[in-house]
Amino acid sequence: MQHPAFEEVTVQHEQQDDAAFNKKIRKTTILLSVITVIELALGLAIYTIHKGPDPNATLILAFKGMICILTLAKAYYIVSVFMHLGDEIRNMIMTIVVPLLLFIWFIIAFIYDGHSYKELRNEFDKHFQETTTPVQHQPAEKPQSPVGGKE
Amino acid sequence: MSTTTVHKTKWWSGGKSPFNLEYGKVMMWYFLMSDTFTFGAFLISYGSIRFSQNTWVDHNVVFSAFPGAGHANLPLAFVSVMTFILIISSVTMVLAVHAGHKGNKQGVIKWLLWTILGGVAFLSCQAWEWHHLITGEHAVLVNGQIDLIGQTMGANPWGNIVHDQAALTSALANTPHETLVHLVHSQDHSHSINQLAAMSDTQLRGMVDFAEIHVREKGPIAFGGYFFGITGFHGFHVFSGVVINIIMVIMTKKDVFKKRGHYLMIEKAGLYWHFVDLVWVFVFLCFYLI
Repeated sequence: MQHPAFEEVTVQHEQQDDAAFNKKIRKTTILLSVITVIELALGLAIYTIHKGPDPNATLILAFKGMICILTLAKAYYIVSVFMHLGDEIRNMIMTIVVPLLLFIWFIIAFIYDGHSYKELRNEFDKHFQETTTPVQHQPAEKPQSPVGGKE
Repeated sequence: MSTTTVHKTKWWSGGKSPFNLEYGKVMMWYFLMSDTFTFGAFLISYGSIRFSQNTWVDHNVVFSAFPGAGHANLPLAFVSVMTFILIISSVTMVLAVHAGHKGNKQGVIKWLLWTILGGVAFLSCQAWEWHHLITGEHAVLVNGQIDLIGQTMGANPWGNIVHDQAALTSALANTPHETLVHLVHSQDHSHSINQLAAMSDTQLRGMVDFAEIHVREKGPIAFGGYFFGITGFHGFHVFSGVVINIIMVIMTKKDVFKKRGHYLMIEKAGLYWHFVDLVWVFVFLCFYLI
């Protein structure tokens, strides 16, 4: 069975009946909304922990990690259901997804590079370290020189 | 050899699309993939710079305003409205594409118009947010005096809070009249700007309460450029998506697709629109959540 307008499209995409389609879309909409609400709740939790007297850095990091995973889940549902990539044949899915694997290297390499730059600067540029590291709540011994633009 | 089942089809034997899609849609996918790398590069560059700093902007301090709520501290509130607007407009786009599948002209027009409305609403929200960030001035300690600045590409008031009372007091002594007037006005609404302007500097300095006004250092310079650059580039995508959807409505009204026999163009516009939603998911993550 060929596509009415494009003979190179050889297999027709399955025509869903309205009921099944509506159900799928409703389900995905609710899913995306629920994930967003969970993300917002985690974001507010991070905000509350930050405000508290003794912020737990590990807990904040864990919450941020959870938010990242939830974001990837959202991206999966948008691409797979809304953009119908999940309904395409394997060839099509692979030609899009495989190049995106570059992001694994991309993210790790550049975040690591940024971190490494910070470490090097803190080690060899004490002025940078002293003027940009957040001061704790206790008043400083002597007036700190104001920080202008950070080059 | 006619196609029997999907699994037995020889996709690469020629005479048919190995992706089982028409040219236009495959190219739209490749364009979107390249755009993914553009946005990815922007966001990763932002992350790289952020990881290279000892301190970074606290997004809950930056994005805590809501239209009409004055100075109320509402972190995440406005951006969640923007996020839901985009999710809902994505759903209406799916419905427009589905109506196109069935050749339902009125359905396509109806759902496209809802999608356009969502896009315009999102852009309006972004315009408000930008305006608020640029014009909303906050106290910063810079060069030994207090200054009031908004968030721009060149500077932003989102650095560390200054806890050193001695430095603040001496900075206050160096602060010009005009700034003092606005500084006092930002916390004390019982006097008008004119009333405050008539007061002496000593009076004004006495009215400044550093327990109420958080004076910060200037924030990392890169933040403004990245924020306005990336959300601006995304906003530009939303804007072009709205324009494309308007063109789709006009073409549908003129029966262009009906004469063509299919509404595949709506699917391509739909892919672009969903991509805009997809990018927002990651902009939302990088700027507002983590």
